[in-house]
Amino acid sequence: MEYFVQQLANGLTLGSIYGLIAIGYTMVYGIIGMINFAHGDIFMLGAFAALIVFLILTSFFAGIPVALALLVMLIIAMLMTSLWNWTIERVAYRPLRGSFRLAPLITAIGMSIVLSNFIQVTQGPRNKPIPALVTDVYHFGDITISLKQIIIIALTAVLLTIFWYVVNKTPLGRAQRATEQDRKMAALLGVDVDRTISITFIMGAALAAVAGTMYLMYYGVATFNDGFIPGVKAFTAAVLGGIGSLPGAVLGGLLIGLIESLWSAYFTIAYKDVATFALLAFVLIFKPTGILGRPEVEKV
Amino acid sequence: MSLGTNSMSNDTILKVEHLSMRFGGLMAINDFSFEAKRGEITALIGPNGAGKTTVFNCITGFYKPTMGMITLTQRDGEHYLLERLRDFEITKLARVSRTFQNIRLFSGLTVLENLLVAQHNALMKASGYTILGLLGLPAYRKASAAAIDKAKYWLDKANLTERADDPAGDLPYGAQRRLEIARAMCTGPELLCLDEPAAGLNPRESAALNTLLHSIRDEGVSILLIEHDMSVVMEISDHVVVLEYGQKISDGTPDHVKNDPKVIAAYLGVEDDEVEEIEEQLDEGTI
Amino acid sequence: MTQPSALENSGLMMQAVKEAVFAGAVAFGLFILYVGIETYQDINNALVWRTRWGLLFSFVAIAAFGRFVVVGFIKPHLDKRKRAKAKAGIPEVTDHKGFFHRHFLKIALVLLLLYPPLSVMLAGTQGSLKYVDNFGIQILIYVMLAWGLNIVVGLAGLLDLGYVAFYAVGAYSYALLSEHFGLSFWVLLPMAGILAAFWGIILGFPVLRLRGDYLAIVTLAFGEIIRLVLINWTVVTKGTFGVSGIPKASFFGIWSFDVGAPNNFTKAFGLSMSSAYYKIFLFYLILALCMLTAYVTIKLRRMPIGRAWEALREDEIACRSLGINTVTTKLTAFAIGAMIGGFAGAFFATRQGFVSPESFVFLESAVILAIVVLGGMGSLTGIAIAAIVMVGGTELLREMEFLKHVFGPDFTPELYRMLLFGLAMIVVMVFKPRGFVGSREPTAYLKERKAVSGSFTKEGHG
Repeated sequence: MEYFVQQLANGLTLGSIYGLIAIGYTMVYGIIGMINFAHGDIFMLGAFAALIVFLILTSFFAGIPVALALLVMLIIAMLMTSLWNWTIERVAYRPLRGSFRLAPLITAIGMSIVLSNFIQVTQGPRNKPIPALVTDVYHFGDITISLKQIIIIALTAVLLTIFWYVVNKTPLGRAQRATEQDRKMAALLGVDVDRTISITFIMGAALAAVAGTMYLMYYGVATFNDGFIPGVKAFTAAVLGGIGSLPGAVLGGLLIGLIESLWSAYFTIAYKDVATFALLAFVLIFKPTGILGRPEVEKV
Repeated sequence: MSLGTNSMSNDTILKVEHLSMRFGGLMAINDFSFEAKRGEITALIGPNGAGKTTVFNCITGFYKPTMGMITLTQRDGEHYLLERLRDFEITKLARVSRTFQNIRLFSGLTVLENLLVAQHNALMKASGYTILGLLGLPAYRKASAAAIDKAKYWLDKANLTERADDPAGDLPYGAQRRLEIARAMCTGPELLCLDEPAAGLNPRESAALNTLLHSIRDEGVSILLIEHDMSVVMEISDHVVVLEYGQKISDGTPDHVKNDPKVIAAYLGVEDDEVEEIEEQLDEGTI
Repeated sequence: MTQPSALENSGLMMQAVKEAVFAGAVAFGLFILYVGIETYQDINNALVWRTRWGLLFSFVAIAAFGRFVVVGFIKPHLDKRKRAKAKAGIPEVTDHKGFFHRHFLKIALVLLLLYPPLSVMLAGTQGSLKYVDNFGIQILIYVMLAWGLNIVVGLAGLLDLGYVAFYAVGAYSYALLSEHFGLSFWVLLPMAGILAAFWGIILGFPVLRLRGDYLAIVTLAFGEIIRLVLINWTVVTKGTFGVSGIPKASFFGIWSFDVGAPNNFTKAFGLSMSSAYYKIFLFYLILALCMLTAYVTIKLRRMPIGRAWEALREDEIACRSLGINTVTTKLTAFAIGAMIGGFAGAFFATRQGFVSPESFVFLESAVILAIVVLGGMGSLTGIAIAAIVMVGGTELLREMEFLKHVFGPDFTPELYRMLLFGLAMIVVMVFKPRGFVGSREPTAYLKERKAVSGSFTKEGHG
């Protein structure tokens, strides 16, 4: 039982990170209907920004409180990825809006290749380890829960609440939903569609940066190709939860995190990714719109 | 190719019995029955949202009806229960083909290719399910030439021969409508279902459409059509069925339906108790 | 209005400067951390950092200057040309194509046939290895894979992001069956194709109902599952170590290319020992396989099944209304595409003599898909051109030793291979979203064969 709860906590932590990345996928897909394949690499850029800021901070202010360091890392990583995602949308996706549907998918895959190779070229191909930032652990009976796990889960919960509020209750969210429904009509009714889409990309990127920073804090290491696997899993999470749905993305992320940690704990770690992907295929085949997605009616 | 229509015109080609279709809580079609006679043009009319297209989708297999029986009787007496067939089998086996309210052409294929795709099943058989065709056997080459001849025949009927090698998406609207009908005819149907064929056509295109439909009927093919435009319906159909809120409110010759107070009420949108009033006015000849 | 006035011109320059400053600022923001700062491990293996302001400055300068040139000169020039074109009306497409244009395919084929002897003549027996193997064979493998995927994506409009799985099935089929049963390449080549087709159907069946991006992501998942199974099922596949010692293909059993064999090709002809002959043989083998693929594709397009694929791409519902069984139509597309991938996989295994899961990562699927889309979906010529440009271009980088003289001895051009590949993908898509060849050839015609412009064809929703 303790073992199970322990794995549950691990799974929730991992799932929160997937969920944070998945929100970016789901928002972008919802609003312009494209798979932003480069989003996983935006997450990786976030982790690297946090890493570099951490190195600079510790060399200038050796005794900086960890909480402050984390906050600075988080903010700069968010600014960084936001700027990147904004630029990418402007340069690579916007010219293709309304064109052939496969074109933006190919540019996104190209962008993903560019970003990971850019970091490989500029920062080197090796693993980048940093010392552990948060080391506190709490014991509840036989269960050990670390502070970093609590931080990650709590932060995800808070961010999801804020985002849910923004999308459902603010004029910005209304503009986003209108653009999602019918871009032309939204533009005719005075919604600045370009700006709305840009903001969506920025919001997704900011969350990816949070996920990247948390990932760095949790595992203490970053590599140039860290974007791919978490990216694919986060996309899986978004689809699993029902693409376009915010709570769905987080739910999908948590599910995947749980499956991964429970599968590794009780079966074999070797096939944990196979389990995730098989689950994705299963869900899509039997419920193609995901868990919380709106059913799509075939129009004849 | 022309078959005598008179000798056959009395038997039923399509019989719809107690058809019901429910979407969640909405009863789109409620216990709807009608018959279409062979060699006739039967029109299904009704106000917006009456459920005409839903009936069509049930007949052509795009929806599975909640209840009811749809029987198609072919010329040789073969019966098919359409609600039990899959959508493509309804065209392939039962020989019912259809067009769509929002034209669905293969816009990137040429006009001729559109008509060849429609002859898929015949050509598949002739090509020995591709294998013999890959070897370049003469049987397939012959079938292929025959398919082009059939396409030419319908291109001519639809007045599209000039545009045969142009992409279908490049045609003007009226020509696209005619092409869609020609394409449906290339599947060799016994019953042709047309979903608002005259919608959006200008008077000249409308006239061309009427000619095409008449020539199709003269070939012995029965037509079931949904139409909004009453003038078109009255001009070309032999038999009219009126649908409102998923239920049949009238059924008969165009003249009969035209004077049916329930139909007038449905189209003018009056309350039930006003129907009697209109009936009276009709008798007095004030409408 | 033929010449922009001076006032307009200065306004344009002002705008160009403004935009250049903005672009510079954005570039500064983008690159300050990743380019301006370098992280590396010191002798104690601790991560430390140092600045690279010079490099950062060049990035910013390039961005600003590039933007200045684009806004100030290139854009006005393009606008002017567009206006001139609009004034002149749509230019008639000339039917009188040049000799080269009309006989393009024949010329290309002759060049390909002459390619190995030419490279032997120009670079010597040993020197030809690089040209025949690294360029010739490498590019032709991608041509074949892309042509195979073209049937699924380009013709049938089913977006498949896991195509590399079938390549892997073909490669491992050959590697394992030859290892365990000692069967020859010529027996196993068709078997690899059939096994891959079988897997195409198995994986195709559950995803038939899926559309668009859902289909894409499930095919990606299947591709990953196959790769993960190859990694983890170590008893059979030897995991990440891969299968090595895969036998070479023989010249239809008549001559062998194994050094020790009595019927060795070089011995039989009294040639000097060199692996170049084997590579040349492989070159012609893959060329023949490519030609077979092209022949089958061209033939199938003119058959009912091929037309049904294209119709499926254009409108699935209309297909069903015409009595076409979309399930079998989709499955045949999957199966034939997979079979071609399987053939290519078997060839790959015999060429490398070694297979490991490393060769079948998602990136490969992405590269193949990119080649199909960049070439222009459905167009065999366009796809072949895209393969030559993208694969050949990045292979060329390996050869650019002279760049070391420019950027210093530490410069390894290979590192930039995928970076440039990705950039090329983006640039081509932004400027030519329909790919190099955007039009499609009709499969039948009454009077004249007119190419269908890309603006009419659809990309499918599957």
